[in-house]
Amino acid sequence: MTAVTSTGSGAKSLPLILARELAANLSTAMFLLDATGTLVYFNDAAELIIGKPFSELGEISAAEFGEVLHLADPDGAALRRRDSPAGVAFLERRPAHRVLLVTGYDGERRLVEATAYPLFGAAEEMHGVVSVFWQLATPESTE
Amino acid sequence: MQARVWGCRGSLATPGADTVRYGGNTSCVEVRLESGDLLILDAGTGIRPLGASMDGESFEELHIFLTHLHLDHLQGLGFFRPLFRPGAKVHLWGPASPVQSLADRIAIYLSPPLFPVRLADIPADITFHDAPEHGVTIGSATVRAANVAHQGPTVGYRIEEHGKTLAYLPDHEPSLGVELSDQPPSWISGHEVAHDADVLLHDAQYGDDEYPSHVGWGHSSIEHVMGFANKADVGMTVLFHHDPYHSDDELEALLVEARRQCDTVGDDVCLAHEGMTISLDRDGIRFG
Repeated sequence: MTAVTSTGSGAKSLPLILARELAANLSTAMFLLDATGTLVYFNDAAELIIGKPFSELGEISAAEFGEVLHLADPDGAALRRRDSPAGVAFLERRPAHRVLLVTGYDGERRLVEATAYPLFGAAEEMHGVVSVFWQLATPESTE
Repeated sequence: MQARVWGCRGSLATPGADTVRYGGNTSCVEVRLESGDLLILDAGTGIRPLGASMDGESFEELHIFLTHLHLDHLQGLGFFRPLFRPGAKVHLWGPASPVQSLADRIAIYLSPPLFPVRLADIPADITFHDAPEHGVTIGSATVRAANVAHQGPTVGYRIEEHGKTLAYLPDHEPSLGVELSDQPPSWISGHEVAHDADVLLHDAQYGDDEYPSHVGWGHSSIEHVMGFANKADVGMTVLFHHDPYHSDDELEALLVEARRQCDTVGDDVCLAHEGMTISLDRDGIRFG
């Protein structure tokens, strides 16, 4: 009896599949990163923040993600991706929450509240990150 | 490899005049590898007659792969006679948990008052393993597990030997919350287990008219299993985990419906029945 080291399959893990099914049935914006940091899914509600549908963009690698969403603090100072809730959840493997400004493909800045948390499987392996966004108000209305 | 179905009933053992053709024992499938190794898929009540059939048979070790720990997949374990051979080497595989070991979870059932013998008092030498998500080679075969959509931690198993593949997904609801036909294969629960399998044993608990009142119960309708099999591009689909309320006649009506839904690929679907044998070897696939 010997262990085999590779599954040889690109299939998504069940926690990701179930998270995607949940996201697809919510009106709350939700993003899903896999264990490599690739944005593998966002739901219809998240299209309003990104400015393009997932069917048009497809999966986006971590390196390309900066082109999709520009992040800033509520005062407008640029925010490093690693300091965003999703960045913290992915790199530090803990839940995170903060208010931030996001700018998507449509050039519109939106003030959102974001929560992200890592997905750990039954064997405590990390499958990815769920990130949920609530739009608070337009930046103009907060001034 | 050669597989033999010892139990294909779902949820609860269902003896009686209405179930004699397909059987009333719950899930258990014996798989004999070309190397001589013995794999057993699930330990439902079907494992009791399997164990009885092994009286007088010597073995170095055997492997029992549990898909999950619902009672219909575990209840026969305490009646599997090879476990009562002192020193018999038995490997028991099952879904991982971050909370309790597989042994501790099984011991909940194998202990008083639910069962008179404690797991720790069983004479066989049992080794417990998490289901092999990265695969394990046993004799001439490779066994891989993947978590699948059901109620609670559950895996499906894929057994490959000499280019032939048997996939086993007895409890599975891949359609929960989604339209299967719209999904990319990599996003379908269980696809990793079943893709391109020569034979797929799959949950077929409900008729299409019954499923709407059982959404989220962890099982498939005929439409779902046929849609899943089509996406996975399997050779032969074997309808498994028959609902305890389905008589033999009702199962045959479900088979007619399944064949109607897969008419583009012919009669590549059948009903599992106790005693069914499936040979997968260099000469092809044969059912008996």
